[in-house]
Amino acid sequence: MEQFIWAFLIGGGICVIGQILMDVFKLTPAHMTSTLVVIGAILGGLDLYEPLIKFAGAGASVPISSFGNALVKGALAEAERNGIVGVLTGIFEVTSAGISAAIIFAFIAALIFRTKG
Amino acid sequence: MMSNKKNKKLTPTQQQYQAFANKRMPKRPVIKNCIKAFLVGGIICTIGQAVKWVFIHYFEFTEITASNPTVAVLIMISTLLTGLGVYDHIGQWAGAGSAVPVTGFANTMSSAAIEHRSEGYVLGVGGNMFKLAGSVIVYGVFSAFVVSIIKITIKALGGM
Repeated sequence: MEQFIWAFLIGGGICVIGQILMDVFKLTPAHMTSTLVVIGAILGGLDLYEPLIKFAGAGASVPISSFGNALVKGALAEAERNGIVGVLTGIFEVTSAGISAAIIFAFIAALIFRTKG
Repeated sequence: MMSNKKNKKLTPTQQQYQAFANKRMPKRPVIKNCIKAFLVGGIICTIGQAVKWVFIHYFEFTEITASNPTVAVLIMISTLLTGLGVYDHIGQWAGAGSAVPVTGFANTMSSAAIEHRSEGYVLGVGGNMFKLAGSVIVYGVFSAFVVSIIKITIKALGGM
């Protein structure tokens, strides 16, 4: 139960960072999400993102910053096994579910739905 | 900061106009927007935590492996809500609260796919699906590549 509260607080907090990037630093949503992904990748490289996920669960794994972290994690894990080429072969290893699901469901949505208004 | 640099190239009249326009530009309600983003983002993450809990307790996933199916389920929900036109309403109210979670990523992809359907399935849907979401993937992959290479180099040199 405790983890639900932390998921709410940390997840909300990351979104507030995004909102501040948009409102105070005048970034577009695309710039803002790209910035968060880069931050996530850097934190992942410093081994700081994984503890955050352990602590806050979905609060840290649902925001887009975890995408950057997961890319680094996949690349490093594969590099551990196969040497430096693993960076290329493993980079999408962890994030495959998210990207595949997004492509597949977006395509199905394009088949079913029409533009609103 | 940025506008000062730009202003140097302008004539005095243009500078006056810029100052005038900046004064009249509606102030963004930053605090209010942040509270909205916090609430909506927090709720989306709490839903994610609930989905994760279901996967751990009923489908024998572990704390770590449950993240992937959780993301997939959230993406499915978000795509459905986008198709029904609900997610955009949430997005207008929530700002970053609905853009930052992975559901926002799925929203940009599915909305681009639906919007460009009229241009055909290959050039329209296929070609435009990553129009907005592409930047996240490009910068994510490139920064992850740089970070990984740096980390491997440091490890090979005996650090960390």
